[in-house]
Amino acid sequence: MHPFAYVAPGTVDEAVAVLTKHGNRARPLAGGTDLLVKARANVWELDAVVDIKNIPELMSLSVNGGGISIGAGVPCYQVYGNSTIAAEYPAIVDGSSIIGGIQIQSRAGLGGNLCNAAPSGDGICPLIVHSAVAHIAGPKGKREVAVEDFCTGPGRTVLQPGELLVSIEVPKAPANSGAAYTRFIPRNEMDIAVAGVGVLVVLDSSGKKFKSARIALASVGPVPIFAKAAGESLAGKPVDDKSIAAAAALARKAASPITDMRGTIEQRRHLVEVLTSRMINKAAERARG
Amino acid sequence: MVATFEPKTDYKVVGTRPIRHDGYDKVTGRAVYGADMKLPGLIWGVCVRSPHAHARIKSIDTSAAEAMDGVFAVITGADMPEAPSKLVDLGEGSVNFKWASNKLMADKKVIYKGQPVAAIAAVDRYTAEEAARKVVVKYEKLKSVTNVVDALAADAPIILEDLVGDDLGEDVTNTNMAEHIRHEFGDVEGAMAAAAHTIEREYNMEMVHQGYIEPHNATAVWDEEDRIKIWTSTQGAFPARTQIAGILQVDVSRVKVTPLEIGGGFGGKIPVYFEPIAALLSKKSHRPVKMVMERTAVFETTGPTPGGRMVIKLGADANGKLTAATADIWFEAGANPGALIGPAAMCVYAPYEIPNTRIDGWDVVVNKPKTAPYRAPGSPQVAFAMESAIDELCKEVGWDSMKFRSDNASREGTRRGDGVLFGKIGMEEVLEAAQASAHWKAPLGQPPAGKKRGRGIASGYWFNIGLKSSANLAVVSDGTVSLVEGSTDIGGSRAAMAMHVAEVLGIGAHDVRPTVGDTESVGYTDVTGGSRTTYATGYACWIAANNLVDELKKRVAILWDISLEDVGFNDGVFSSKAEAEKTISFKELAGKLGDLGGPATSTGSVDLESAGDGFGMHIVDVDIDPETGKTDIVRYTAVQDVGTAIHPSYVEGQLQGGAAQGIGWALNEEYFMTDDGAMANSSFLDYRMPTSLDLPSIDTVLVEVPNPLHPYGVRGVGETPICPPIPAIANAIANAVGVRLYKTPMNAGSILEALK
Amino acid sequence: MTTSSPSKVHVTTTINGQQHELLVPPYMSLLDTLRELIGLTGTKEGCLDGNCGACTVNLDGRVVDSCLVLGAEVNGKNVNTVEGMATPAGLHPLQQAFLEEAALQCGICTPGFLVAAKGLLDNEPSPSEGRIRHWLAGNLCRCTGYDKIVRAVQKASK
Repeated sequence: MHPFAYVAPGTVDEAVAVLTKHGNRARPLAGGTDLLVKARANVWELDAVVDIKNIPELMSLSVNGGGISIGAGVPCYQVYGNSTIAAEYPAIVDGSSIIGGIQIQSRAGLGGNLCNAAPSGDGICPLIVHSAVAHIAGPKGKREVAVEDFCTGPGRTVLQPGELLVSIEVPKAPANSGAAYTRFIPRNEMDIAVAGVGVLVVLDSSGKKFKSARIALASVGPVPIFAKAAGESLAGKPVDDKSIAAAAALARKAASPITDMRGTIEQRRHLVEVLTSRMINKAAERARG
Repeated sequence: MVATFEPKTDYKVVGTRPIRHDGYDKVTGRAVYGADMKLPGLIWGVCVRSPHAHARIKSIDTSAAEAMDGVFAVITGADMPEAPSKLVDLGEGSVNFKWASNKLMADKKVIYKGQPVAAIAAVDRYTAEEAARKVVVKYEKLKSVTNVVDALAADAPIILEDLVGDDLGEDVTNTNMAEHIRHEFGDVEGAMAAAAHTIEREYNMEMVHQGYIEPHNATAVWDEEDRIKIWTSTQGAFPARTQIAGILQVDVSRVKVTPLEIGGGFGGKIPVYFEPIAALLSKKSHRPVKMVMERTAVFETTGPTPGGRMVIKLGADANGKLTAATADIWFEAGANPGALIGPAAMCVYAPYEIPNTRIDGWDVVVNKPKTAPYRAPGSPQVAFAMESAIDELCKEVGWDSMKFRSDNASREGTRRGDGVLFGKIGMEEVLEAAQASAHWKAPLGQPPAGKKRGRGIASGYWFNIGLKSSANLAVVSDGTVSLVEGSTDIGGSRAAMAMHVAEVLGIGAHDVRPTVGDTESVGYTDVTGGSRTTYATGYACWIAANNLVDELKKRVAILWDISLEDVGFNDGVFSSKAEAEKTISFKELAGKLGDLGGPATSTGSVDLESAGDGFGMHIVDVDIDPETGKTDIVRYTAVQDVGTAIHPSYVEGQLQGGAAQGIGWALNEEYFMTDDGAMANSSFLDYRMPTSLDLPSIDTVLVEVPNPLHPYGVRGVGETPICPPIPAIANAIANAVGVRLYKTPMNAGSILEALK
Repeated sequence: MTTSSPSKVHVTTTINGQQHELLVPPYMSLLDTLRELIGLTGTKEGCLDGNCGACTVNLDGRVVDSCLVLGAEVNGKNVNTVEGMATPAGLHPLQQAFLEEAALQCGICTPGFLVAAKGLLDNEPSPSEGRIRHWLAGNLCRCTGYDKIVRAVQKASK
């Protein structure tokens, strides 16, 4: 591990200034569960880490009428332990409660999961289906990017040198909606998704028809995939096996996996189809309450 | 030495469950494991490792590393003493010093990924790691082979140019085939031709790792007297001393090994890795040097047990009796010979009586880490093949596979596949106990919606080993005894040793204070492994305790002024045979020794040729999600003949731990190799050992058929339980979803593939 | 470290109830800070990437892998390790239960399991077996098959 300096600024502006000064040789430190592993393996050679946990905006989890705001450094256990998130955003609970074990969840958060930009990031698909938006601060000011556009490749994001993810804003879940996320792993915890699927559905007032849906896929492409066509195919369709199977088939089509030590192309495509069906059903169940 | 003993049942200490003596230090964090070692002026060592699996070293430039502040020593293969090609037995496996030396530090050629090519000692670990990155090594990459089929192909790259293979006694050169062995008994071809039913199947397995949580480590001081002091986590201080002295080419008396607490080994901490390197770095830096291995290197360069290819053929008569069997076994040794095909051959047919058998085994060198023993080395592999084939044969013919196993079970006098005749064994008792178990009697029950449930059984076997052990006793004036023994305690053996002594002396388990000695405080003792420790070191403790009784009788004779022959001893009390009312307890006597000739001490040592065989059967219920291929273990029972359980809690623990490792091996664990000869999944994350959430409670049934070769009837128990899980799970999967898997790991992907 | 190294970080922290003032190299893990700077070697290194839990410590009431925390981060915080579990009055009930239930074989994972289990029982005194198994999934044990560990935690539960 290259010896790096430790900086713990108290404001976003200070953090941005340090990050800007060091360019690619500094990284924000939130939970450290990816950063320290990569630094130790010399994947990243850093001159400084910027501990963002003393910056209030990055550590706050607030609920407002319009939705929730999750600070970039808020650890998973606070996310899934939040009563509003538990009640209104169960897919976010699904995702944040399976990132690592209890020890990891004490430190790792959705912000870090997003910035780490692993195709398998379990926290990302739930945010995509909930139409979450990343709020970014940087040397040129603030900007917003939809979470589905945030990751640009394995380990790569839209963040430019000096830029910092401040928070993830999740809009209020629509009426009669439900969402769910699951992944397939060989073990029962402490594992990386072979494939993961997040689904949000909005039903009509009868609960028998889909009004709209959003579907996102993990571990089956270079980035978490927003399977737009698969979700849109459900709009106006009855909640039945046929329309769900059709959407699952479209999700399978949207996947572009590789074969590696965690699974094969064929296995992953198959799993996407299976898990999409299961998650549409689960989301619909949740929508009906 | 061979003595036989009548079984007893009226034990006072044996069979109880005292708290282990070392437990308090281990639950409070005080216990000193290898990595916890501290010495004044201690510096850190790290290795520079090859990124290639097979390559020639063109040059090594260490100048930038040497120039760094805080760097005290840099060594390369050129600093390793030239060790002769000499094979030395280590109890469980053996070592050739020349290859062992080259394995630890490459000279001209690297033969597995991660092989050290240089080592650095620096003021702290971070500095040493930085310096390691500054060493520039130029390689000429060579084609690598990482499986037995490719390694034996006509155009295979030759890994060890000077290897002379032994093909049934004939020398072979220019080969990756180190050894070909054969055992043949009866008229195999005739019996197979005459069999009413036959089955022939091929099985393949990927290499797996022991997966101990504590990484390898060593601390060394090479002092001004040219004496080398080593502190390390090892399964055997004495075999470690043998290896260190052999690799460094010094007399064994120049090496002192102090075994620190050890965080798991399962066979993988019999070979040395860092000890000679740390010693050389200490010599060069003139400072104490500590090394702790990073997890990736633990996977890439230590431990694994062979994967390979097996072809099994079975013949049975119309009545369901096995008449003939053949087994062809190719095991990958790793980068040096020694895949332990011998033990595999000993184990393959052991649970069953088969009149006509042939076994051929090949030890094949590949560009992977040199394999080390792993819990019953060789046996889980052949159990997978044999027990799967039996189940499939039974299914084809329509036989009950439990009854088939009972009808063919080995008993006293049965000939093992390598020709050895069994003594008193408990295979039949194990099968009876399995059939009487709550698990076997319980209906399978309904799986959750969408899943399919199945049950599987399989037998397993390990021969257990004896070998050399030593123990010293000294009476303490308050009526307790200090015990120094040579076996490192990897899972509660201090308690078992103390209990052996306490039973003889008629005192409590906690009246004996056990210490694991270094190589200069107790007699030679072989490794903690092979399921020998409680059997052989316990036996040595029993002898020492009896010798102590003999010594104390002399003191009683002085005390009462009677002849030695008139002193009796029973249950902790000495008595006069002439005057029945004259008695003195061990505890009272201990306080009087000052006037009776001074301190009383004794020793015991053994060299045991055989050990008493261990048989087991496991029962497993699995639920499978046919849409994902995922297997859940929902119920598990391990049944085993344990001889006599000295401390039943730790015997149960051996059965549970072995089963857990077998379950991991069956379902997910593997060396996933890239085309470049690298292990792609060299982390705990991707190696996927079972977590607490992946296993049910593992029930145990201890069958006690006392081993006549041990004073209390002990049989080794640690190895056998890793053998049945893999085939039991294969059989359960077949039962649940109707597909048979012939390759491990039997993971979700392969089940899904088979279900297509 | 070498002369070109970034400067050390001044850290004031409470470890097992005792205040420590330290100068920590900025890249040094909490694990190494405990083991190398303070001498608390009860916390073990198993993998250095958060996948075995052998280095589990309690940081301000939450269990964490100390290999994935920097020593510099614990300024002003409370760290509790296995060495802090027993008191002059005796072992913590979990430690006693681990001994009685033979929940350790080699013992290298034991400190991590004890600290993790204490983190559970401190907040949930009567967890189910399933909850215990889920909570402990971040701690690997290779010796026991977990059965006796789970039983020991149940024994120490209320």
